[in-house]
Amino acid sequence: MLGELEGTVVFRELLALFPTSWLERISSHPSSEAAEKTVTMSGFKLTSGSGRFERDANVQSSASGEPIRHTQRPMVTGSSVIAMRCVDGVVIGADTLASYGSMARFRKISRLHKATDMCVVGAGGDLSDFQQLTTMVDKETNRDYCFNDGHGLSPKAIHQYVARVMYNRRNKMDPLWNYVVIAGMQNGDDGEEAKPVLGLVDLVGTHFESEVIATGFGEYLGLPLLRKAYREDITVAEGKKVVEQIMKVLFYRDARTIDRVQIATVTKDGVDMGEPFKLETEWSYKAFVDGARAGDMSTW
Amino acid sequence: MTSSGNAPGGFSFDNVIRNSMLQQKGYAPPTARKTGTTIAGVVFSGGVVLGADTRATSGPTVFEKNCQKIHYIADSIMCCGAGTAADTDATTQLISSQLALHSLATRRAPRVATALNMLKQMLFRYQGHISAALVLGGVDFHGPHLYTVYPHGSTDRLPYVTMGSGSLAAMAVFESKYKEDMTADEAKQLVYEGISAGIFNDLGSGGNVDLCIITKEGKELIRGYAKENERKYRRPAGYIFPHGATPVIAGSEQFKGPEKGFSVVAEVAPAQDTMDVSA
Amino acid sequence: MSVLRPNASVMGLPYTAPGNAPRGFTLGEHVDPEDPLEVGNSSNPHGKPRAIGPMGRRFQPYKNNGGTVVAVSGKDYSVIASDTRLGSGYSVPSRNVSRIIKLTDKCVLASSGMQSDIAVLHKVLRIRLTQYQYAHHQEMSLTAISQMLSTMLYYRRFQPYYTFNVLGGIDAEGHGWSYSYDAIGSHEKVRAVCSGTGQNLLQPILDNQVEFRQTAPEKKPEELSLEPCVELVKDAFTSAGERDIYTGDIVELAKVTAKGVEIEKFELRSD
Repeated sequence: MLGELEGTVVFRELLALFPTSWLERISSHPSSEAAEKTVTMSGFKLTSGSGRFERDANVQSSASGEPIRHTQRPMVTGSSVIAMRCVDGVVIGADTLASYGSMARFRKISRLHKATDMCVVGAGGDLSDFQQLTTMVDKETNRDYCFNDGHGLSPKAIHQYVARVMYNRRNKMDPLWNYVVIAGMQNGDDGEEAKPVLGLVDLVGTHFESEVIATGFGEYLGLPLLRKAYREDITVAEGKKVVEQIMKVLFYRDARTIDRVQIATVTKDGVDMGEPFKLETEWSYKAFVDGARAGDMSTW
Repeated sequence: MTSSGNAPGGFSFDNVIRNSMLQQKGYAPPTARKTGTTIAGVVFSGGVVLGADTRATSGPTVFEKNCQKIHYIADSIMCCGAGTAADTDATTQLISSQLALHSLATRRAPRVATALNMLKQMLFRYQGHISAALVLGGVDFHGPHLYTVYPHGSTDRLPYVTMGSGSLAAMAVFESKYKEDMTADEAKQLVYEGISAGIFNDLGSGGNVDLCIITKEGKELIRGYAKENERKYRRPAGYIFPHGATPVIAGSEQFKGPEKGFSVVAEVAPAQDTMDVSA
Repeated sequence: MSVLRPNASVMGLPYTAPGNAPRGFTLGEHVDPEDPLEVGNSSNPHGKPRAIGPMGRRFQPYKNNGGTVVAVSGKDYSVIASDTRLGSGYSVPSRNVSRIIKLTDKCVLASSGMQSDIAVLHKVLRIRLTQYQYAHHQEMSLTAISQMLSTMLYYRRFQPYYTFNVLGGIDAEGHGWSYSYDAIGSHEKVRAVCSGTGQNLLQPILDNQVEFRQTAPEKKPEELSLEPCVELVKDAFTSAGERDIYTGDIVELAKVTAKGVEIEKFELRSD
């Protein structure tokens, strides 16, 4: 109780302004717990018995007294994440650009985060929201580390955790504006071989596992190529080439992408975050370069 | 105020003012059928290959499963259309006939650039209200040509192009598989793969892949180059309705009767005579 | 009296002014009528564009992932089916996301609508059923589940689960029944029902072929037994897949009989 009282604001003066019948109705509640009953209205919490109003910690208000309008749009954003589940592991790739609207604001950030020894979390959408999310995931994994009991969050557990966080935030109309991809190796029961896992969560809490995942612009440009390239027996080595090729296509056609990418893999040996590297691109097809002819005002 | 007799041609704008007034008072005008589409084209050494899916949609409903989106312009010029179905049909027909007249007047085979100019001038005049997004391709005196035309009248001339809601899926395939100096077969395969990517990954596109190969020698339109979306299940029993299954109100006299009572009478029919609608 | 159907607008759902209310609904991220930067937004043609951040979009908490669900019940069985396509706008993020859940050995639920709401609804139902089992040492009956689902939906009256449910199973007497729900708990006990994006295509077929509507009384055939009913549902689903762009890929079909629940899968077209 003491802990709850700390930092609360008591509005004794306000009490007189409210009809006393409210208090009566609450204090005459038949339950034996009536003394603990509270009624919440317009951001203030009315606790029966104590006869005072406190600010409801669940409803925030701004300095002007109006309810806070949550950030409802992304500011600094990342574009696509491309991922493929292979027979012996998972491949996940993203470029290293953070845009501010149409401005290429930060060119060397990472949108992939190593969550555990067996799990990578990648995201598109608002970068600060993603950093908030990774902090939350790290808090969970840190606690597991401190317990030192050999247990930790599996990729499926992280996928589910992120899904619950995202859904909870959308219910509060205060979303984390991200499309989150979770890639990892899941240990089987009774010493079964670890299996690759790939899942997606979006900003309204939509979540599923799939053999191929692409977010952002990659949903339109990358997903068709991932589906075309996918086989039941595709290996991580082949998958890396596919993801790199798709990053190239995205660089050609997505204006919010650059040619510097990072491709991480998770196999039974653990996470390899991969070094960022520059894509090799082709701009000199002769049909584009010397196709122009007199009387025809266009390229080739 | 109707335009009759010596009509000046073009569209009728007679009811524009009335309609805008109605719209302001809350009347929702009827909407046109917009087709989600994947259309594409590739230039190869001896000609062009055009491709299209065959789905026409209205909102979330498929209206036509096997429609033709590759339209005729001239004997060696074809045009794929995306956008509002009526606009693409009418626009290509109009330009086709104007080009035929132009060809007769000049006594020369029609050129792709001429069709392009006619299209872009018409679409620009209507400021995007004619929602036709086109891929124009053909072979003429100068060789193979491939263009895109946007609804507002801007145009592009490129070695490989895509249009419609599935254009991103198709373009992703083109960007990763395009090569220089392709043969006709390679170009056909590339266009097929692009359209197929649109069909399977874009909900606005679907059905079969149509291809059209145009070379100096002539053109070949292949309807149903690939048919990968045939119906997978049919109820073995079919649907047999015995004759007289539908209640019939016998004779229109019933409607004129003073007591306005309806009586349901089953029609008497030969026992074995049934209607089979399974196919 | 009206029930909430996919084309209805409720509080918290995408708002449409009566004047320009669309027929049916659109999937995926809804067009915000207030947002002049939204692509294809013609409801505010004269409004000045406002600066609303670099990405220029506003948060929409609801989206519809499409899909069709069906429940058909006979004397001693119930058939519940759902496709597994997850749609969003014009794209298909996944072709295999289950929307069907076996609640007890005698009851199966299928839900279309928004995937994240469906997942949560199914989770909460699972919890409530487990709690019931621990408390009462028996499975919840079909009628009890049907009422509980309604209560759970109405509990979120002002921030609804954007789900359209059909429930099927066999009751204490061994008779099959289907229940249809709107998003906020209005429900009805019927023989055959479907919901979701293919509803308008499928419901008339079920009315005619299961309940024999528009059929002269003396011409009504025998009631369907299990296998013909499964064939009908498969055929109807295939037809819906032909004409509804949000229905496709795979169908999961659950047969509920006195012996328990059996789930089979079959393919639809994937374009």
